[in-house]
Amino acid sequence: MSNKAAEKKAVSRKDMTRWQWTWKEIKNNKVAYLMVLPFMLIFTLFTIVPVVLSIVFSFTDFNMLEWPNFVFAENYVRLFLDDDIFIIAVKNTFIFAVIVGPISYLLSFMVAWFINELPPKIRAVITLIFYAPSISGQVYLIWQTLFSGDSYGWVNARLLEMGLTTSPIQFFQDANYVMPLCIVVALWTSLGTAFLSFIAGLQGVDKAQYEAGAVDGVKNRWQELWFITLPNMGPQLMFGAIMAITNSFGFGAIVTALCGFPSVDYAAHTIMHHLDDYYGQRFEIGYASAIAVVLFLIMIGANMVVKKVIAKVGT
Amino acid sequence: MSKKLRTRNHKVVLNRSRGGDAGITVILTILGAFMFLPMLYVVMQSLKPLDELWMFPPRFYVVNPTLSNYTDQLTLMNTSWVPFSRYIFNTVFVSVVGTTGNLFFSSMAAYAMAKIKFPGGKAMFKTVQTSLMFHATVTATTSFLIMSGLGLLDTYWARIIPAWGTTLGLYLMKQFMESGVTDAVLESARLDGASEIRTYWTIAMPMVKPAWLTLIVYSFQGLWNAGASAYIQSEQLKSFNYAIQQVMAGGIKRAGAGAASTVIMMVVPIAVFVITQSNIIETMGSSGMKD
Repeated sequence: MSNKAAEKKAVSRKDMTRWQWTWKEIKNNKVAYLMVLPFMLIFTLFTIVPVVLSIVFSFTDFNMLEWPNFVFAENYVRLFLDDDIFIIAVKNTFIFAVIVGPISYLLSFMVAWFINELPPKIRAVITLIFYAPSISGQVYLIWQTLFSGDSYGWVNARLLEMGLTTSPIQFFQDANYVMPLCIVVALWTSLGTAFLSFIAGLQGVDKAQYEAGAVDGVKNRWQELWFITLPNMGPQLMFGAIMAITNSFGFGAIVTALCGFPSVDYAAHTIMHHLDDYYGQRFEIGYASAIAVVLFLIMIGANMVVKKVIAKVGT
Repeated sequence: MSKKLRTRNHKVVLNRSRGGDAGITVILTILGAFMFLPMLYVVMQSLKPLDELWMFPPRFYVVNPTLSNYTDQLTLMNTSWVPFSRYIFNTVFVSVVGTTGNLFFSSMAAYAMAKIKFPGGKAMFKTVQTSLMFHATVTATTSFLIMSGLGLLDTYWARIIPAWGTTLGLYLMKQFMESGVTDAVLESARLDGASEIRTYWTIAMPMVKPAWLTLIVYSFQGLWNAGASAYIQSEQLKSFNYAIQQVMAGGIKRAGAGAASTVIMMVVPIAVFVITQSNIIETMGSSGMKD
């Protein structure tokens, strides 16, 4: 056994070409491939292949019935030049993401930071209060009851009482209110994984650094945040940003549940709804794939940009 | 030094202004109310007797709490043509099998990626990490075709198998293994002749209990809260959550029963989180992304 190990060691990387070395490493680590196999198989099948297939289909007119024809960029041209509703969807998606993403990110960090110095028990209760809406299934439907346009609507009842309106407002059927309401509800459910990550990250900052900071003349909690906390939190800030961005593009289900599909005058129509429409209702897989690819590129692009920005924090 | 440091028990007391504390308390209270009151309203609604549900103007709190909405919900359940117990079984079955598989497959892959150096390992993890950057809706269209091609449509497996490979689960697990399992311990196990799989199962896994508890909670929450699935047509295979949506679609007549079922649905994930909170927070401590 020990002899064999010594023999193994004696072969150095220099004796072989790169490929020989890699091949040897692969053979030596067969068990590692075995261990990642089930996961990677599922990941490939339900994440990588769908992305690749979408890209391929987006250049065809596939509709599930006929053999697909290659149509080059026709789907994309149609999307950006001929599809007014898609342009509305892009606009809405951006408004949604630009508001919900950053606010939910800042909110998650702010709350996590505020509760950081509280005693553990109280911190746990507040964490639960803020985190609960994001894990409670369809509890967000209560907003429909609160803002209902009939005699059920608690908000309308209060508005009538105070004389701010003379007739109940049909919040979810009025293009002026649909978008802001959906944003509020999305924010309500948005303190999720990033929030927990921030809480943990803040707890992980070495207390001695704060004391050293106080000795070195850090005057208040804001300076402490800027000079000590944030530089220590880089990795969590990055992870949280990715969670926040990805989720800010994924609120389609909430919009559909609250406003119906399609929403009134397409006021809350997002790219995701457009995708659903063409794939789920019209079976235009080629066109739907082009929509999916655009959405994919927007998400990856947004993440890349934000990663660059976050990397600068505290450096 | 010009400034005098305040100390208590020889420890430096950090600079905290009273105004700042007050400001934070006010902001936290307002935000907390925004988060908590709608949740409370669901509970209130579920406890309201009919006359209070129909009252105008609606009142926030309940005066004569009753459990009749919960019993009504049970009656409604018995009148549906697919027995409600079947929906409950579906959700529990899919949640349990999906979560169990996810736990094994993700932790095994996470161990290999975190603790064994092999060609392609880093690239695999990078790919998984990149997939955190886009939402699953992007892949929904073509996933449907793949499901159909594999003959998985309209079976439990259409919901279970994808759950066996969740990227966030693998990501958190791998990050935690990297910081939570020391190489020296693994090295000595390997020198004693333990196989990698044995080392993973008997040495590494017990050391990352918070991580796999977190993975269980996340996976379970996702499956538990899943509503209608595009992959399932048969009524007998649909989820509990879907059935509840159907009850609520009955409109205002069902408002009480709907609120009651929402409460039933939310109690489970909340309870699971309360029990595991400290473990989840510990796991999140290593969730950070370094590049």
